[in-house]
Amino acid sequence: MIGIRDYKKAASLEEAYQLNQKRGNRLLGGMLWLKLSRNSVQTVIDISGLGLDKIEETGEGLRLGAMVTLRQLELDEKLVTYGGGAFREAVGRIVGVQFRNLATLGGSIYGRFGFSDVLTLFLALDATVCLYKRGRVPLRDYAALPYDRDIITHLLLPKAAPLAVAYRSARLTETDFPLLTCGCAVRSDALNIAVGARPGRALLLSGLEKYAGRKLKDEEIEEIAAHAAATVPTGSNTRGSAAYRTHLVQVLCARALRACFRKEDGCGADADS
Amino acid sequence: MELTLTLNGKKMSRLIEPGILLLDFLRSEGCYSVKRGCETSNCGLCTVFLDDVPVLSCSLLAARAQGRRVTTLEGLRQEAEELAAFIAAQGAEQCGFCNPGFMMNAIALLREKAEPSVDEIRDYLAGNLCRCSGYEGQLRGILAFIEWRKSEKGGAAR
Ligand SMILES: Cc1cc2nc3c(=O)[nH]c(=O)nc-3n(C[C@H](O)[C@H](O)[C@H](O)COP(=O)(O)OP(=O)(O)OC[C@H]3O[C@@H](n4cnc5c(N)ncnc54)[C@H](O)[C@@H]3O)c2cc1C
Ligand code: FES
Ligand code: FES
Repeated sequence: MIGIRDYKKAASLEEAYQLNQKRGNRLLGGMLWLKLSRNSVQTVIDISGLGLDKIEETGEGLRLGAMVTLRQLELDEKLVTYGGGAFREAVGRIVGVQFRNLATLGGSIYGRFGFSDVLTLFLALDATVCLYKRGRVPLRDYAALPYDRDIITHLLLPKAAPLAVAYRSARLTETDFPLLTCGCAVRSDALNIAVGARPGRALLLSGLEKYAGRKLKDEEIEEIAAHAAATVPTGSNTRGSAAYRTHLVQVLCARALRACFRKEDGCGADADS
Repeated sequence: MELTLTLNGKKMSRLIEPGILLLDFLRSEGCYSVKRGCETSNCGLCTVFLDDVPVLSCSLLAARAQGRRVTTLEGLRQEAEELAAFIAAQGAEQCGFCNPGFMMNAIALLREKAEPSVDEIRDYLAGNLCRCSGYEGQLRGILAFIEWRKSEKGGAAR
């Protein structure tokens, strides 16, 4: 288990940033991953006193602080309005309520874990990562960057909510790590489909422009799902084989897309399958 | 470093090691209901309230409780005893090891929502593992407790 020599509650982002440049130091999100992944830390840097725990509507869209918990993602009314049941569907199976009251959005995005439900959904939603020094980076680029020593302060979601969003995952048992994840967001100019837990990091499918902004026919949904299965690279681990995951890519893409279009008038908030 | 917090309603200050987990701090203060189970954030056995919100004390630094209220089962005597009686009446516990964490989280749920549905109970308690039972006894106990509380309230109103 982790050994922590010192604890510092940062009074400013600049102080946290400077402390974080030291190799042995680490930023503290919810600590759930940090605790399991490192043997010893010189100083943990607590950024919980910097007001980064809010979900706000700004002129640019929704701004979510890095210290927002997964439980906030699940319950916040603004997010329900923005994404229907998709946020709840994405995080509601992560271990348990007590865990989600601690685990943070910033720690989840920084981790860029292959299995991440959070990364998958936020990729589908076209999120932008706000870094203290580097500034803004689209999540789709951030996901491919190496780990560095900057601080995620916020995530931004575009002002225009998607026309429809849905999220699906497959798990061997209810609160286990996912075997495969899939998030879909229909926008007027794009159809975003993110697939994660392949078991590699989530990625966005390309070449879906022609399906943007409209209700899809059943045949089109099947076509997209088959395209996803043919193009998304999968691998094997103790939870499942590459072949099984490829099968799941097709099944979950089709389910998530159908859930997007469940309302009679086409693009509506997520309804369950 | 110095930690000042309110533990089970009592304000206190203590000198602590900066890296001590809340779980270890609470046990050092005699709160033995708080138990170390998996220590990998999976089992829910170490559940306590931080300002009324259920959290895993095995995964939280005591330092983060600075200026906050922490509640363990020891601080919830009556509320816990009432619910425990209904769970015991169903024969839900076998070894009983999971019980303190289970009780804490069930109380958190019932404070958030007085009459949760069966699905809501299952969802809320999904992070509490029990290696002996199949969870059905606990579920029946909670449902019976909710019914009793409703009738108690109805009785009191009459
Ligand atoms: C047992 C277990 C089961 C899990 N199951 C799932 C699952 O099913 N699905 C899923 O999506 N996730 C799962 N997770 C991951 C979890 O949801 C969180 O993503 C993870 O714990 C990291 O969040 P945290 O707040 O705990 O971060 P921490 O553990 O505190 O930090 C993780 C890393 O991020 C860095 N960091 C933290 N905050 C910032 C910041 N603001 N800026 C820059 N760097 C930062 C830390 O220094 C550290 O290196 C699981 C984790 C555990 C431990
Ligand atoms: S001991 Fe804390 S979750 Fe298991
Ligand atoms: S009764 Fe034994 S672990 Fe639950």
